[in-house]
Amino acid sequence: MAGIVSYGGYIPRFRLSRKTILAAMGWFSSRALSGDKAVANYDEDSLTMAVAAGLECLRGIDLSKIDGLYFATTTAPYLERESAAIIATALSLESEIRTADFTHSLKAGTGSLLLACESVKSGETRNVLVSASDCRQGKPGSPQEIIFGDGAAAFLIGNEGVIASLEGSSSISYDFPDHWRAVFDKFDRTLEDRWIRDEGYTKFIPEAITILMNKYGLETKDFAKVAYPCIYPKDHAAIGKNIGFKPHQIQEPFLSSIGDTGVASPLIMLAAALDEAKPGDNILIVSYGNGSESLWFRVTEEIEIKRQNHTLGKYMSSGIGLDNYEKYLAFRGILPIEVGFRAEVGPTRLQTAWRERKEILSLCGSKCRRCGTPQYPPQRICVNPDCKAVDEMDDYLFSDKKGIAFSYTEDRLAFSISPPHMYGMIDFDEGGRYVFDFTDCEPGSLKVGQPMEMTFRRKYADEVRGIYGYFWKAKPVTG
Amino acid sequence: MPKGIKDRVAIIGMGCTKFGELWNKSGEDLFIDAFIEALEDAGLEAKDIQAAWTGTQYTQINVGDSALPLSVALKLPFIPVTRVENFCVTGTDSFRGACYAVASGAYDIALAVGMEKLKDVGYAGLPEFSQSGIYGTRGRIIEANQTAPGMFAMMATRYFDRYNISTEEGKRILAKISVKSHHNGSLNPKAHLHREISVDDVLNAPIVAWPLGLLDCCGVSDGAAAAIVVRADMAKDFRSDPIYVKALQVSADSGESMRFKNFDLTHVETTYRAAIQAYEEAAIKNPREEIGMMEVHDCFSITELVTLEDLLISPRGKACEDVQAGFFELDGKIPCQPDGGLKCFGHPIGASGLRMLYEMYKQLQGKAGERQVKDRRLGLTHNLGGFPTQSVASVCILGN
Repeated sequence: MAGIVSYGGYIPRFRLSRKTILAAMGWFSSRALSGDKAVANYDEDSLTMAVAAGLECLRGIDLSKIDGLYFATTTAPYLERESAAIIATALSLESEIRTADFTHSLKAGTGSLLLACESVKSGETRNVLVSASDCRQGKPGSPQEIIFGDGAAAFLIGNEGVIASLEGSSSISYDFPDHWRAVFDKFDRTLEDRWIRDEGYTKFIPEAITILMNKYGLETKDFAKVAYPCIYPKDHAAIGKNIGFKPHQIQEPFLSSIGDTGVASPLIMLAAALDEAKPGDNILIVSYGNGSESLWFRVTEEIEIKRQNHTLGKYMSSGIGLDNYEKYLAFRGILPIEVGFRAEVGPTRLQTAWRERKEILSLCGSKCRRCGTPQYPPQRICVNPDCKAVDEMDDYLFSDKKGIAFSYTEDRLAFSISPPHMYGMIDFDEGGRYVFDFTDCEPGSLKVGQPMEMTFRRKYADEVRGIYGYFWKAKPVTG
Repeated sequence: MPKGIKDRVAIIGMGCTKFGELWNKSGEDLFIDAFIEALEDAGLEAKDIQAAWTGTQYTQINVGDSALPLSVALKLPFIPVTRVENFCVTGTDSFRGACYAVASGAYDIALAVGMEKLKDVGYAGLPEFSQSGIYGTRGRIIEANQTAPGMFAMMATRYFDRYNISTEEGKRILAKISVKSHHNGSLNPKAHLHREISVDDVLNAPIVAWPLGLLDCCGVSDGAAAAIVVRADMAKDFRSDPIYVKALQVSADSGESMRFKNFDLTHVETTYRAAIQAYEEAAIKNPREEIGMMEVHDCFSITELVTLEDLLISPRGKACEDVQAGFFELDGKIPCQPDGGLKCFGHPIGASGLRMLYEMYKQLQGKAGERQVKDRRLGLTHNLGGFPTQSVASVCILGN
């Protein structure tokens, strides 16, 4: 039986009220959405959010059992250089692993999930992590800017300890050009909403669902939840109703609290549905984009054991308002703010970054076999002055360890897109310490001794050489 | 036990440029100005110098790497010249090279010149760490995006927390340190900053890295200083009042401050270790009673505060009381920063250690004018390079 073994979601911390956008850029919009959109911090992108969701999903899982990682997005940081390989390293997965990026369509999330399930079912792989994440940028003043939100969801697909098994699927494919982005475009282009609604959403989603129900002899009443995207709130409800679903069967799409999270949207909805599912429930998730895909999962008894560890809830409820539209534009690199000489980036030595990839991307230090001292970066000679054992080290991960803010500062001289820049020394609960940049915290909020955890972020963008520098930062423990 | 170099090396000449924003002086100009003053003070000619050491750190924004910028600028006659770089200890470490050269008997007369031309960087503060070479290529990726004030601000955060000092109270004590140094600097024509300031000025200054404000930070400037040393037994042949090296110690962190849990970030281990070694070398039993004056590495007010404890002048946690009591003021028991310190001179990295030695040299000779300290037995200088969590420190003690 192949299916979901574990899951995790990630929603970035900032919420931008659509009123704030409209106050700055409001003009004609036939269906202005209300509520908030989730906004990635200045140091986040689709890749870092995929890592965050992956970490949530893999808590307590033996990483050596994972033999595949699929990353789905339409907003990969590189056009050529596999994001999945970077994510796999950040998650400390082994190198004998199948990785792939699924991209270019909003149905890449369900597509990667489906292929992962089929790969496990075939016996070629045992456990495949799928992480779907999007950080789509609407042009300032565009409807997309209002609609899009940022988020990620990850699922571990396997055949042992399955909480929801894949029972069936259907796929349809059309070159439906409702929105597109060429290699030279920074922003999506789109056509008239009425056409997209009538010829796109309200046709493809029912078609995919109908094919699936016919294929397996199912009726709408057989499903506890159906989850599908639609960027038009009123029409979202109508699509399900017209197929025959009752309102309680239709999964909330989070349009007014997070926004349309693109590739991640159906997977975030699936995670939300699993948070409330009972054993025996049938869940149908459907994607939209150049056609549609529907996946039918049946929830097992395992859900009762595993659910409490994996919930979107803490990220849904821990959002804080970003009440400044200009700051949002600066985060996304749209507003050309003065950054000064201190923002210039020194050359990245990729040979060094490659050799030290475990230390950098996996936040892997070492632990002395003789005295048990964890240390970062990894040392060959033990740093404990009473030990100093030579070459008696094992790899030791800090990425999943919690600690406290041993000290900190708010630095107004150091460059930051979101000043003041904060950093401090992290004293890890299980030993080891180092100074890290802090993120996702407000000036004046820190205390010595505050519980902190590690988060994978984009440290810098070296635009001269076309390189993104990724590393770990510390943030106050969420939830 | 190693014997050290106590009373084996004497300074017979020193020079120090005015420090400041010397827009119209090149690095080479500063080398020459400090050197000429030192030569004249010693009554020597350039051809008498047998070996030289030069201290510079940010060579990419001034004269470039290697010993050649010094040897070419001074037209030194094909003698051995070595460039030294050791963060903020650079100047003192170049002096150490010269001292060891004559102490070993390899040479009779040696020169050390420290110089930094910081103001050509184009923006305020030290050159950005993530661009300059100081982290190395790996460190550039894993080190936090820190600045010098932020690194030391973290120590203030810890110090206030450990000793249960409110931020307001802590900032007020730190302010007194800056006020004292500005008073001394106002009396020194070679200092960069000459303005007296008040505690309120410090408290009202904009925050640079919380809890440190602008006037908790030393200035940034250009400058150079030079010393000519000889074997102690020949010192009186050159002048009647040579100044002798009583101790010269450097301590570099083993990495444990940053990585091991026995360091509390309310002190700097390397300063403490260098001080212990220096007191042993100089046969000092009770530094609080024996040291007459000090130039310590006051890059930030908090650095001076913890250094007073690390040098065993004030007991742990009690430096605040000594600061409040005026113990370190020009007319106090142990005047600290009689020349105005880094606070008023600014901190051209390669020059600072030698600038401190220059003040102690002049003070010990009784030539410090209206800043003259009464107790002329022993003068101590201290440098601290790197971060409080990973540093290299020097302690030097001079005497008659």
